[in-house]
Amino acid sequence: MSDGSVVRVAGLGKQYHTAAGPVPALANINLSIYPGEFVAVMGPSGSGKSTFMNILGCLDLPSDGSYFLNGTDVRSLTKDQLAQLRNRVIGFVFQGFNLLSRSTLLKNVGLPLVYAGMGKDERNKLAHGMLEKVGLGKYGDSLPNSISGGQQQRVAIARALINNPRLILADEPTGNLDSNTSREIMDIFSRLNREEGITIVLVTHEPDIAAYAKRLVRFMDGRLAHDGAVDIQEGRAE
Amino acid sequence: MIGAMISEAWHAMGANRLRTFLTMLGMVIGVGAVILMLAIGQGAQFQVDQSISSMGSNLFIILSGASTSGGVRSGSGAVPTLTISDAEALADLPGIAGVAPTLPGQAQIVYGPNNWSTSVLGATPQYFDVRDWKLVSGYPFTESDVRSATRVALVGQTVVKNLFDDEEPVGKTIRIRQSPYLVIGVLSAKGQSLDGRDQDDTVVIPVTTAQTKLFGSQFKGAVRFIMAQATSADAMPSAERSMNQLLRQRHHIQEGAENDFTVRNLTALANAAAETTRVMSLMLGAIASISLLVGGIGIMNIMLVSVTERTKEIGIRIAIGARQRDILMQFLLEAIFISLIGCLIGVATGVGGAILVNKVSGSVVVITLSSIVMAFMVAAGVGVFFGFYPANKAARLEPIEALRYE
Repeated sequence: MSDGSVVRVAGLGKQYHTAAGPVPALANINLSIYPGEFVAVMGPSGSGKSTFMNILGCLDLPSDGSYFLNGTDVRSLTKDQLAQLRNRVIGFVFQGFNLLSRSTLLKNVGLPLVYAGMGKDERNKLAHGMLEKVGLGKYGDSLPNSISGGQQQRVAIARALINNPRLILADEPTGNLDSNTSREIMDIFSRLNREEGITIVLVTHEPDIAAYAKRLVRFMDGRLAHDGAVDIQEGRAE
Repeated sequence: MIGAMISEAWHAMGANRLRTFLTMLGMVIGVGAVILMLAIGQGAQFQVDQSISSMGSNLFIILSGASTSGGVRSGSGAVPTLTISDAEALADLPGIAGVAPTLPGQAQIVYGPNNWSTSVLGATPQYFDVRDWKLVSGYPFTESDVRSATRVALVGQTVVKNLFDDEEPVGKTIRIRQSPYLVIGVLSAKGQSLDGRDQDDTVVIPVTTAQTKLFGSQFKGAVRFIMAQATSADAMPSAERSMNQLLRQRHHIQEGAENDFTVRNLTALANAAAETTRVMSLMLGAIASISLLVGGIGIMNIMLVSVTERTKEIGIRIAIGARQRDILMQFLLEAIFISLIGCLIGVATGVGGAILVNKVSGSVVVITLSSIVMAFMVAAGVGVFFGFYPANKAARLEPIEALRYE
């Protein structure tokens, strides 16, 4: 089944069951993402892009079709195996940062390693190294609410990177940030993609953020409306 | 991994100290109450058991004078009462191991400058076998002392303490109602009797000496009561029947007339007392356990609130790779921690309370390791049992919904 893709979805569909009957969120999505790609996902609210990201992130399972992550059909996996994928293969970055407010930055960054079963000393060493990499090496003992939003998002990126994932899923990572800070965050993503070859899939509403990507996927009413090169013109038109 | 989880649980508990403390308080009170009640109950039981074993086993006491049954009581002395020859006859019955006729009285005892009022018991050498009473020094008096009514005495520990200070009593002469008695032995400590009397506050002399030289008697050989020991617990009912029969015959009691003596099964009475205490301590423990249960429900309640409050956090943890069992373990550990620490404080409170009860009321308390171990195991069990439902609820949260929770 492996064709070298990181992500391959075929005939992917998702319905949500409500009291009024099944509501389709995604229908017949076909797409492959290969190692080293930088994909921006756009689309209006309710277009299905969040559902798509949740499925890519193994937080949700498709109703129809199949999703192959590194050639493995995720529907054949147990819950524990899915947890392991989220832990080691995928790195998440969220709009709201989602740091644990009671834990220090060092602990936040090292948390995925806890679930990977790593010992404390090694964990702290790696977490500290990763904080340095995002320019926050001095803040290891601080709590999340004592630093700025941009810094928090950098901590979240450090946490996403700690287990050396090959795929980063970012759900509107700059949505809560001002444009200068957004640029800093996007520079980090670009560098990770360019220098380390990490595959990045990033949801955004903003065309100039999408412009950092090399490929644009656009959703409309649960269907794939566009899949191709980033057309800045098109983005600006939105 | 487990180290990280323990530290997580520790931090989570520290994050809301007041709430954690109040949750623990339920456990503290529960465990404290169980330990305290067990200590008091076991103390009472210990006291009863000790009194029973100090009494001697398979014992009857035969009192002169009739029982009150039927409302008619023929007063003692109206009819021939118990005598030494009654005792001798009883000793020949099958199923009777030993018989000790006794004549108790009260007398002032003097030794040197000290004097002490105590109970003086006229008895026979069998008395020490029947009561299972050993000597710590000297020798008991013999049949020949009884026959010739010699002035010899055995002293109990309380008497020793009050008369002799640090002196060795054996070989000394004490005066009982002015007459000199040679102390030939010291009785071992017996402690309290079931009715709370100090059994060591006594002097034992030959029964004949008591009859003829100390108290005098209404008629020849009269004693106040006879203690009889059955050969075994099984032999007691038939021994009781044959003793009644024999004594009625010896006292010439007509068919249908009241006994002029009473045979009491002391061991049965003691066992009833022991059973009462056992039931009492069981009840105390059971009532205290209810507070332990309430404490456990408190833990479950708080853990449920905690899971709801931390839904978002759980979502984040799931997103970065926590398995269901990791989440389950995290909340379970927290519940177990709360109950174990609560238990620890509860044990300290219970032990402290028991010591306080002992100091204030003077009643015996017995704190056993097993009751502490049991309290601990119950507390851990309560933590797991009442922590499991909330922890399981946390572990089964849907990742997306948990992440979206605000």
